Amino acid sequence: MAKTRYAPDRGLTARMTLTMLLLGLVFVAFIAALVLVLRLGHYASGSGIIFFAVLLGVALGVGSFFYSDKIALSTARAVVVTPEDDPRAARLHGIVDRLVALANMPKPRVAVAPSRMLNAFATGRNSKTSVLVVTTGLLDSNLDDRELEAVLAHELSHVAHKDVAVMTIASFIGIIAALLIRFAFYGELFGGGGRGRGGNNNNGGAIPILLIVMVVGVVVYAVSFLLIRLLSRYRELAADRAGALLTGQPSALASALQKVSGSMNAIPTKDLRAAEPLNAFYFIPAFKANGKEFSLNQLFSTHPSLERRLRQLSEISEQLSK
Amino acid sequence: MGFLDTILGRSKPAQPNLDELFSLPTAAVTLEAGMDLVPTGTGSVCFRAVEGKAFGDIEKDVRELLNMGSGTASVEVSTDSYGFTWLTCRHAKDDFEALVTDLHAVNSSLAEGGFGPQLLCTLVSFTSDTVHRLGIVYLYKRGTFYPFVPKTGEQRDNFLETRVRDEVGADLKWEPDLTRWFAVWGAPGL
Repeated sequence: MAKTRYAPDRGLTARMTLTMLLLGLVFVAFIAALVLVLRLGHYASGSGIIFFAVLLGVALGVGSFFYSDKIALSTARAVVVTPEDDPRAARLHGIVDRLVALANMPKPRVAVAPSRMLNAFATGRNSKTSVLVVTTGLLDSNLDDRELEAVLAHELSHVAHKDVAVMTIASFIGIIAALLIRFAFYGELFGGGGRGRGGNNNNGGAIPILLIVMVVGVVVYAVSFLLIRLLSRYRELAADRAGALLTGQPSALASALQKVSGSMNAIPTKDLRAAEPLNAFYFIPAFKANGKEFSLNQLFSTHPSLERRLRQLSEISEQLSK
Repeated sequence: MGFLDTILGRSKPAQPNLDELFSLPTAAVTLEAGMDLVPTGTGSVCFRAVEGKAFGDIEKDVRELLNMGSGTASVEVSTDSYGFTWLTCRHAKDDFEALVTDLHAVNSSLAEGGFGPQLLCTLVSFTSDTVHRLGIVYLYKRGTFYPFVPKTGEQRDNFLETRVRDEVGADLKWEPDLTRWFAVWGAPGL
């Protein structure tokens, strides 16, 4: 029997599992807290707010789950290209063709976004809707073909891991919690969210209930935010690993990361902020907080630090030459 | 890839299927009978080289193995513009089975060394009076074949490709997903 050189990173898998379990736990606790609040208020006050927050949250969640590809494409003004369009598109397709054949996965669509930033991202919830987007900046950059291939392999790993779907589902509680905070805040401003619900006198109990709803929302939002960012960083590491193993060239990915992150810092901040909503699926995050408060910065970041990513890649490189 | 692997982001490198390759000699007979296409005696294995010493060692072993093997065969190594390595074996035109055996030896050496996931495709070429070159490409990860007929100026003869597929029919397991029939321009032996 042929031996395998694939060594899964058990530590990473364990940390990712734990993070997702915690997120699930937060979700359950959130629902339990909401039910409890409703009972305390005898289903009167606050129930309207919770109902609308959940309804709108579900609508937003479903919307971003099913339209993520279209939203991301139009935000980035990306255009899907075919190999016949121009030599550059043909080249891009050629690289992707070979990578998907190596990985044995369906080929995603390929799109180019007009941007001077050096970046690439993948979007779409499943193999049919997934799109791999690269910026014109990346194509025009000083990245050589091996480095470009490494970047595309990283993005294809995001597609294979269904990271868009996973992260959209993970962000779901965060969305509801955020809406709840906002609604409770307005509810308090305008004197009780249970208005118009016949037969209930909501003058007495309404304010404390709304306060409790708000506190629950804030706590859930903060905890889930940190957990989602943590999960995002783990998934970036997983995509780095899978991408490096796919091409067999971890060093190419390492040098691409260094080149791209070096150029990210050189670009004016104004352009970068415009791209911020897409950050979660980027190869390198476009927005970086200033200053050196390293730990806090890291805690909120969607991507692991460059050092962390390079360290993993050099470990893989060592593993492969054994 | 399983549901759990997806959720945990641990895609395993895809392992190749090497055995389907042996259905090529039968298909070659059908091609000659039906379309006058005969093997050129050239075949190649395409793989993505891995950085580091381990892969280099195995690659060297494979080359030595092939050079030692059959006296008539010659082996060439080349790298294409996508960074993929091609090991090209040349045999006498009438010794198609020996060619397929050699190609299989390359595959199994790489797979035994733990580099099976690096295998991209194998290509054997055919020719006739009217057709300059036909390549039959084997996709390791799918275990399927597809035809590739290049025309001048990076154009493909899709009509002829479809004809070849229909002619050979069930002798080969053809790739049903046409988006995976990627072009291999400038592949050695074409």
